[in-house]
Formats: sequence, structure tokens, C-alpha cells
Amino acid sequence: MSKLRPTGEATPRTDPLVPGADALSGRLRRAPENFLTPDEIGQVGKGRRDFLRASFLAAAGATAAATLGGRNAAAATADAAGDPDILNPTPWGSSLGQPVAANPYGLPSKHERGLVRRQSPGLTQVAAASVSFAPLQGLFGIITPSGLHFERHHQGWQDIDPTRHRLMINGSRPEFVKTPRVYTMDDIMRLPPVSRMHFIECGANTGMEWGNVAVPTVQYTHGMLSCSEFTGVPLRTLLEYCGADLKAAKFILAEGGDGSSMTRTIPIELVLSGEVMVAYGQNGEMLRPENGYPLRLVVPGVQGVSWVKWLRRIEVGDRPYAAKDEAVHYIDLMPDGQHRQYTSIQECKSVITSPSGGQTLLDKGFFTISGLAWSGRGAIKRVDVSVDGGINWTQATLQTPVLSKCLTRFTLPWNWDGRPALLQSRAMDETGFVQPAYGQLRAVRGTRSIYHNNAIQTWQVAESGDVNNVQIL
Amino acid sequence: MSRSCKAALLASAFGAMLAWTAPVLADGPSSVGRPASPAELKAWDIDVGPDFSGLPKGSGTVSRGMEIWEEKCASCHGTFGESNSVFNPLVGGTTAEDIKTGHVAALKRTDFPARTTFMKVASVSTLYDYIRRAMPWNAPKSLSDDDVYAVLAYLLNLAEIVPDDFTLTDATIRDVQQRMPNRNGMTTAHALWPGLDFPGMAAKPDTANAVCMTNCKPKAELASQLPEHARGAHGNIAEQNRVIGPVRGQRTGPDTAAAEAPSPALALAEKSGCLSCHAVDTRIVGPSYSEIAARYRGKNNAEALVSKVKAGGEGSWGAVPMPPQDDLSIDDAKTLVAWILSGAPQK
Repeated sequence: MSKLRPTGEATPRTDPLVPGADALSGRLRRAPENFLTPDEIGQVGKGRRDFLRASFLAAAGATAAATLGGRNAAAATADAAGDPDILNPTPWGSSLGQPVAANPYGLPSKHERGLVRRQSPGLTQVAAASVSFAPLQGLFGIITPSGLHFERHHQGWQDIDPTRHRLMINGSRPEFVKTPRVYTMDDIMRLPPVSRMHFIECGANTGMEWGNVAVPTVQYTHGMLSCSEFTGVPLRTLLEYCGADLKAAKFILAEGGDGSSMTRTIPIELVLSGEVMVAYGQNGEMLRPENGYPLRLVVPGVQGVSWVKWLRRIEVGDRPYAAKDEAVHYIDLMPDGQHRQYTSIQECKSVITSPSGGQTLLDKGFFTISGLAWSGRGAIKRVDVSVDGGINWTQATLQTPVLSKCLTRFTLPWNWDGRPALLQSRAMDETGFVQPAYGQLRAVRGTRSIYHNNAIQTWQVAESGDVNNVQIL
Repeated sequence: MSRSCKAALLASAFGAMLAWTAPVLADGPSSVGRPASPAELKAWDIDVGPDFSGLPKGSGTVSRGMEIWEEKCASCHGTFGESNSVFNPLVGGTTAEDIKTGHVAALKRTDFPARTTFMKVASVSTLYDYIRRAMPWNAPKSLSDDDVYAVLAYLLNLAEIVPDDFTLTDATIRDVQQRMPNRNGMTTAHALWPGLDFPGMAAKPDTANAVCMTNCKPKAELASQLPEHARGAHGNIAEQNRVIGPVRGQRTGPDTAAAEAPSPALALAEKSGCLSCHAVDTRIVGPSYSEIAARYRGKNNAEALVSKVKAGGEGSWGAVPMPPQDDLSIDDAKTLVAWILSGAPQK
């Protein structure tokens, strides 16, 4: 592995990358790098740039040979008059493209195949009770494409026949819901809908990192995080239609219709706020089966396990339920041996997604640091970014929209001078709560909590350009 | 029965039906949906609370529980609920002293990484509720209420909470609650509940960082870095990043994009759930495919193996039974057997 890994003791880089190509410098770099072999990328890390020009020429020749066929490829490239992808016809610019509906349900470009959800090897023994992580390192803005939404299943996922799906609403005692009701999907989709954008984060997101650095990239450190526009009916409205006694009620139970029939307790205060939603829509289409098709609960600001998928029943009650996922799992072990039970809110947190762990900066010079911030208590107020491990900070720009309990994208321009750097982001939400450092979090909660790790993430940039996961207290 | 009596009965039955099937004609969205019938409520309202509300009447003995356990539970959880090969262990880590205090002492120990179910769970109702709704893993809701009592009795016996001759019932379960080893181990004294109704709830979060902007600390010291062995543990990161943009992924392993596609038989094995219990080279719950191939290769009994895969069985490889594979077609079973006997190649 060490052979593959550019070391941090590389000689400082020299500029310009393509000596003497001033008129074209900068713009020319991108193209040849697309042809770099892994070894050549490694050499970039070691400060070697001189081969890039040769690589550029070879690439030009290869492209020319491939596209020009019998024409004189050498003539097209010998003088390096410019970028071969400009000077020479491209395959896509000189041929007929695909017809409409070639993919009736569109797919990403084949060149994007690396950006998929992935499992963390060794995290679980059975894939039907496991996690797949969203590729945050490659996503833009705040919406997670539905096909890349992280997955967490407790007993496998089901693709439920929506014509046979029912939602039942009842009371733990008859007086809470005098006439329990049943809704078909036809019924629910007739009711006045709302559409809202919210993040969903697993309570165990970043859980592998409580004690020390364990995983290499932001996909695995923070990838149990997604954000969608959800469409559905506020649960409060549905309960009112049912005539539920919302004064006597203190808790509701949400239950899934899959094999696990997972249950979670939700406080009535959150339901009364109108935020909790019985949702069928996700990003303009129906929920994906992996995300609870055809119906799931949306509980803004609260950990994903409470967003019960394949939702089949809501019970109105006055006592918490101590369901398996709030009495055996999703309980936070504290240093004194006690478990915090019914921990639910995802507190203010942020992470830089580019550049991030496992990546390599291709050159020094201008970059845009970009990342995500979110809070289960409301909207993000500000995000600060440090490039020196938290000694000094600069306020980042928040991209709009900035919504309550929704991902917020932040950016900060950065000139990398080629020296080691330690990138951090620190978010503050509208309540004034500031995301804690690892030292602050561990001082209260120790290292064995598993859940609700919202500490400041650090990415170390080595002179080689390699970005690695590290922790600073 | 007189004719008028019959008619009255019919009418009242019809009336009862009307109560939950007839469309409600009132205007407005509250007319959407329909009342639930008592039978529907009974079928779905199965939750059991910590105060035992919703607990069905019934009973089960430790010995009956052991029978069910060995047939339906041991393959994943181990004969004594101790296995960590498929799920986290259920039993272990608790002491007689814990049963007295209601606090599991081992949870304070940083040198005791195991956290079994019985070390954590405070409420015995949780176990009844969960086993009834979700177990066995591949056939949830197939146990009768009495079977759930029996399985739970056996588990409680494994955890040394109840004696061998114990009968768990809807009455005795209340005594068991007073012996749960971690019954006093939960706290709601935190600020992470978005409601109002728990004792001790904190109004303020437990950390209080501040917005400092310059010279916030003398230096930035690394407390932890990614261990070298973990660099390649998530495949080739170069292939998990975009091929354009300001960065590339680091190359941390061999390229797989150019490699051959995985074998269709491997995909079939994965899809059919075989790999939950079998692996190519190591024993999980069932024997490894290489063991199977070594035993049967060249013996011309592929057909017999196909029947074995379909029907399940036990004894050939130990006491843990292989469940019947009703959903697997004969053709698929043949494909899998041929693949296993050829060494279960990945590609």
C-alpha cells in the first residue's frame, strides 16, 4: 500500500505546471490530468510535474489516433498548438446521439459510476441489517438524489404493493381516538399535501469515530445523512381528522409495515408543531422502496430511526413505549454506565465535503472549500472554517436556501499554498448552539456513546495534496 | 331460530359492518378514510408497553422455549444466545449483583467492550414486544403468543434471571421486571428529547462551544489519525470519487472497474440470502462453500444436493439446521449447487 501512497515528505511543488505554455496555462492542465494513470497521480503528489507535458502530448496523440483514424494523427498534435479536445473532432461532437427514452427512467452518466452508496466493510455481519452510506464527497447543493439516499434497514427492505398498504390510527386507550381509522393510499393522497425540505441523519452517523479515527472518507464518517423534499400530510392534520384527543395525548407510537414492524416513540409536542409528516413523496416522485415506499414518517430534526418507513400505524398514547430501538439500541452509553434513553434530536453539526478524506488536491492554488451544515433545532445561523486546525477561523458563505432542519451548503474560497493544512468547519444554529470540538464532547460523553457524535471534523492536507481523516480535541 | 329473529340478527350484523365499511358522507377531509374494525385493531395493535399494557394473556416454560430456540433462533444467536457471528450477543456480561442493584456494573468498565442485550435493556416488555413483532428474523410474526413467552423464558434463563423450571406468564413477567439486571440503567436527564414529558430533562445541551475567531488556542495537536491498515479497508478510494473536479480519490487498492463482473451465481447466492449463513472460505452459521465442495466434489451427487438445498436439514454439518428454501426455484438451486461445487468463484 505504501507504494501507492504518496508520502507527506514530498519536495515542494514548482510552478508553472507546463513551463513556457503561459498563454494556455491553467486551462491546459485539466485535460491531461484526465488521462493520468494512478502512478502519475501519485507523482503529482511527490511534486513531479515535468511528465505532465509528455503525458499531455501522449494523450493528444492517443485521442487523435482514436478519433481521426487514418488521418495523420502526428500532424494534429506535433506542434501542441492547443488542447486536442478542442483542435480535434470529439466522438460526441461528430456523431449521432442516443434517441429519447433510451433510458425510460434516466440514469447518471457512466462516468459518475464511482459515486454510489456503499457499505463499510466489517460494520455489520448481515447486509439486511446494515447501512449504506451516501457519497457526500461528490454531491452538490443540499438535495440528495433519491438513488443515493443513505440506507438503514433493520430487517431488509420491502417493495410494498401500494394498493394493499394501509395506515391505521388508533389510541393506546379508546378515549384517545374514539373512532380508530384506516386510510388507503388513495385516501391519504386525496388530502391537502405539503412539501418541505428536511435532512435525515442516522443517530449513529459518525458513530465509528467516537474513540478515534476509524474510516477514511466523508462517505463513511458522515454518509448516514441525506436531504430531500418530502411531500405528504402533516400528522397533526390527520389526527385532527380522526378526532384524536390531542390534549390528553403525550406521545405517539409509529409502526412500520415490514417484517421488523419497527416502532418508535415521538413526543406529541413535535406532532402539534405541525412538522411531523406522513410522507409519500420524495424529490418529486414517490418514496423509493429503500426509503419506505409508499409511506413513511418524517420527523424533522430527529434521528432517522424515528422516521419509520413503510408506516402502517400511528398510536396515540400517554406513555413512552420503550421499543427495541429505544431500549436496546439507539441508547447512548455515558461514562457513568448509565444509558441516555430517548435521545432523538440531531444537534448542530457540519462537515467539509470537498476537499475531504481520501482525496488528493491536484495542484496548489485556488480551491473552494465546500461542506454541509445542519441542526435538529432549527436553521443554520453561521458556519466558520479553519485551515489551521481551529486556531483561526473565517466565516463561510451560506448558500441559499437556508431552511429549518434542512441541510445548508457553505463555501469558502481558499488558496492552498502547498503547505500542510488542517481543515475544519464549525456550525452554529439559530438557538446559538455551537458545534463542539471532540475534546468538549468527550469530556461529557466519553467515547462509548455510539450515537449523536456531532464533533468538529478535521481533514489534514499533506504537502503531497493527500487529504486524510484526523482528529483534534 | 325464528325468521324475524334471524332477520334482526342479520340487520344487526349488517349494522355492525356498516359502522366500519360504509362511506362517511360528511363533507371535508375528515370524511376521508374509514373507521377501523375491532378485528383490524386486534390484528395490528400489538405493541406492549413498559407498564405491560397490550400484553396478551399466555404462558411458556423455559424447557419449551429451549425447543423453539434450537429450532428457530440458535442458527443466528447461538445455542446460548452468546453468538456474535450474525448479530450482537444477547446474553452475557451481567452478574447476580447486577440483578440486585438493577445496574450492570460492567457498563462502567472501559476494558469491557461487549454490550449484550441483557446488559442494556431495562424493560422486559421490550423483549416480549420485539420477539413477537419481528422474530424469527426470516419469518417475523410466526410465533404464537405462548411461543413468545417460552422463548423469552428461555432467554431469561440463559441470562440467569429465572430458574430452569420457570414459567413465564402475563403475571410472572411483572416479577421478572424487578430482576432485570439493568432496570435502573436508563436516564432521560439530557436535552436530546424534543418533547416535555420526561423526568430530569435538561433544558440546555451538554456542550457549550463558542464562536472564537482568532488565536483560539496555542496550537493544533492531532489526537488521532487513520491507522495505516484502515487506509485500504474501504476499497479503492480513487474509484469512489469523480474523474473530474479539483480533487481525485487516493488510490488505496486495485482497480475493480476494469475487473470482470462478479459471477451471476454469486449474485444469485447473495439475492437468495445464502450468504447470511455461508461464506466461501469461512464458517459463519453453516459450512463454508469450500468445505462443501471438498466433501462432495466428484461424487456425482449434485441432484441430491439440490434437494438438500431446497428442503433444508440438519446433521450433515452439525446441529444447527438449515431452513428449507421454499422461494428458491429448482433451476436456481441447480445453478447454486454447480457453482458451489466448482469452488464458488467470485467472478
